[in-house]
Amino acid sequence: MPTRDERVEEFEVVIPSDTAAGQPVQDRIVQHLEALKYDDRDVFGVRLAIEEALVNAIKHGNRMDPNKTVRVFCRVNHQKIRIEVEDQGEGFVPSDVPDPTADENLERPCGRGIMLMRAFMTLIEYNAAGNRVVLEKHRSTETAG
Amino acid sequence: MSSNRRLDLDEVNDVTVARFTDKKILDESNIQIIGNQLFSLVDEDHRQKIVLDFTNVEYLSSAALGKLITMDKKVKASGGKLRLCSIRSDILEVFKITRLDKLFTIRENREKALEGF
Repeated sequence: MPTRDERVEEFEVVIPSDTAAGQPVQDRIVQHLEALKYDDRDVFGVRLAIEEALVNAIKHGNRMDPNKTVRVFCRVNHQKIRIEVEDQGEGFVPSDVPDPTADENLERPCGRGIMLMRAFMTLIEYNAAGNRVVLEKHRSTETAG
Repeated sequence: MSSNRRLDLDEVNDVTVARFTDKKILDESNIQIIGNQLFSLVDEDHRQKIVLDFTNVEYLSSAALGKLITMDKKVKASGGKLRLCSIRSDILEVFKITRLDKLFTIRENREKALEGF
């Protein structure tokens, strides 16, 4: 019989290439985190990272193509959350994205999503093709101090 | 989605204080509407001194940062000034991570944003 700390929630959804369709997925993930009493700051970072990952998948990956979809997988337990976001685009090379904090790029209105995901997540990894990102956040209260 | 007013506007002397009504500035179509309402303050209303009040805002994505950067450019191009205020700590961290705290003038609250404007 699993204890509360061993409880695992897992789901997978496929959404159309429409950023509005990402909001219910975010809400569902946030509800799981809140039910497991994750810290507000963890919840903030995870929601922000999912938003960025979904926008990248839909806009830059699938280029808003209505014939393409985005797969979202989520697994969350008491210790950590893992989210995979996979689009049907051609992929990209993350190291080709210019540093948005460089002086010459500071006033560019785009290019900050990956940086924010990196800052708020414990782990962020792309597959070799560059069309799937894995995000992991470990519960901060258990690693703090 | 409706395009209701997403900014509550207040006039304090010659300064326009625009307070975001949304808790979450996320989702492309939503951000587009908010961006257009911001830009109209400069492009249509020709306001020169603008304070953006983030009191209600709990989430803000990189796409929203993009709109703020464009807004800042528009205000500067028209010879005006833009200040941001009442940004909660999580979101302030977003500005710091992206170094946009160097680009924008950020004040703790509305009163401090209005000081010496």
